[in-house]
Amino acid sequence: MKILVCVKQVPDTTEIKIDPVTNTLIRTGVPSIMNPFDAYAVEQALRLKEAAGGTVSVVSMGPPQAMSILTDALAMGADEAHLITDRRFGGSDTLATSYILSCAVRQLGPFDVILCGKQAIDGDTGQVGPEMAEHLGIAQVTYVSQLRPDGDRLEAVREHPDRQEILSVALPAVITVVKGEERPRFETIRGRLKANRQEIGILDREALPVEDEKIGLTGSPTKVKRTFTPERHAECVWVEGESAKDQAKALCQALSRAHVI
Amino acid sequence: MNKDNHQGIWVYIEHTAGHVQRVGLELLHAGRELKAVTGEELTAVVIADQTGDLAEQIKSYGADRILAVDCPQCKEYSTDAYTQLLYDLICEYHPSTVLVGATENGRDFAPRVACRLKTGLTADCTALGIDEETGDVAWTRPAFGGNLMATILCSNTRPQIGTVRPGVFRAEQVGTAAQVVRLEKNLPEQSIRTRIKELVHREGTPFRIGEADVIVSGGRGMKGPENFPMLQELAELLGGVVGASRAAVDSGWIDSSHQVGQTGSTVRPRLYIACGISGAIQHLAGMSGSDQIVAINQDPDAPIFKVAHYGLVGNLFEIVPALIQEIKAMQA
Repeated sequence: MKILVCVKQVPDTTEIKIDPVTNTLIRTGVPSIMNPFDAYAVEQALRLKEAAGGTVSVVSMGPPQAMSILTDALAMGADEAHLITDRRFGGSDTLATSYILSCAVRQLGPFDVILCGKQAIDGDTGQVGPEMAEHLGIAQVTYVSQLRPDGDRLEAVREHPDRQEILSVALPAVITVVKGEERPRFETIRGRLKANRQEIGILDREALPVEDEKIGLTGSPTKVKRTFTPERHAECVWVEGESAKDQAKALCQALSRAHVI
Repeated sequence: MNKDNHQGIWVYIEHTAGHVQRVGLELLHAGRELKAVTGEELTAVVIADQTGDLAEQIKSYGADRILAVDCPQCKEYSTDAYTQLLYDLICEYHPSTVLVGATENGRDFAPRVACRLKTGLTADCTALGIDEETGDVAWTRPAFGGNLMATILCSNTRPQIGTVRPGVFRAEQVGTAAQVVRLEKNLPEQSIRTRIKELVHREGTPFRIGEADVIVSGGRGMKGPENFPMLQELAELLGGVVGASRAAVDSGWIDSSHQVGQTGSTVRPRLYIACGISGAIQHLAGMSGSDQIVAINQDPDAPIFKVAHYGLVGNLFEIVPALIQEIKAMQA
């Protein structure tokens, strides 16, 4: 089984702070990490390979620094890695990004299974996986927590808030994964040493058969009009009292006056 | 592209097990707000093997028209069938705008529809408006874990499509009944590449925190799972349910279906009581739209107080039991 995992380098959003003076994001000094959902996708890919045999390739699209998360994936046990990088790919929205990725998949493939995290924690769109599946014209299952070979198909457990679906999907397919019970494995020292020596393929505009009007800002139907930090409203009314009982009483009176309770 | 050829605001109505999901009704409200500016017709689209009863359920929620598509291959949701049917409808009727609930299924097939149409899709919106300059829909959404908001336009392609988070708009009946247009479609069986083998419902009644009227939430300050029963008691007295911050869920104190915030559910109940929740921005993103917010925390500088209407600084292990006593006394 030929397996591909798409991974993205993201800022660790739990480390992001707002500058109280300018009201903008402070990104300097924020560590870059592999998107956490993508790490789960790498884990699922490695388990699938262990169950069915084959190879695990990893691809990322981003600036040259994104090389480091590809090395991380190799250290976890992936067989090979490629970086899609070119200034002309910058400014791509999800439609253009998924188009570029689909061209890379065609170039590197064919693959039986393409795994992605359910969404990246910076953009939070969750659209690149399904849009890539559409560009490739293949099946998809999203929000998957478990995956296993099922003859010439795959069996996937798809998560909803109130239910799980156990699905059978024809291959090739794009699978997007949630954080399941199988946590991403830790790299071994041997894995890291091997990864550090491994060469990572570079795919730039010259190496990929993309149409220029479909990439970058030109190829992106959505444009960011403005960004702002979320508003925080309201004056807080402090409910005070000598004791917890007094506070509770005062709150109940206030809520009752406001017809809330 | 001539944008004038595309007219009409569409809302996709999702359903499970014969019941319309509330987010679709909420989006009809959003659609009415857009319609108030653009003057376009508002259409609800429902797709199922048999849509008869579903169309009845949405009739009074403000759509001018319901496109009710019966397709025998739609006994259950599949990416392939729903993508193809919505795509075909859009090609036939060319609406200007399509709203889809940002549920698992909505976020599964909306990207495929948008990509097949080669148009723009904005994910997981929390506010909608009309851009004054261009007349396009201004889609506002959180990014970077709720730390930043972005307003997105899709100016050169149509339709403009967005998924909208459940709980952002209120479902509202308006009385006037929509005109129902029935359509029958058929798809080749082999075009559907997934098959649901089994459905496993989670234990208990389906828990939808987004639909609760009152939520009593606990965070890291709850110190352990053994302290959640008192939140349950308070919630029950107020006719509500228990919510939780990511810290409490990640600690394994409570099931993730209770999680409120960026990675959990967005809620806007009438009353939200936050107990021992400091108010990480990811949490605030999911609850700051609540009508009335009460925060109980021992740290007066906790960010939760910045969104709270009522703040109680103190020991929640004393305040919550006192509240329970007080409310019992009021109700007696």
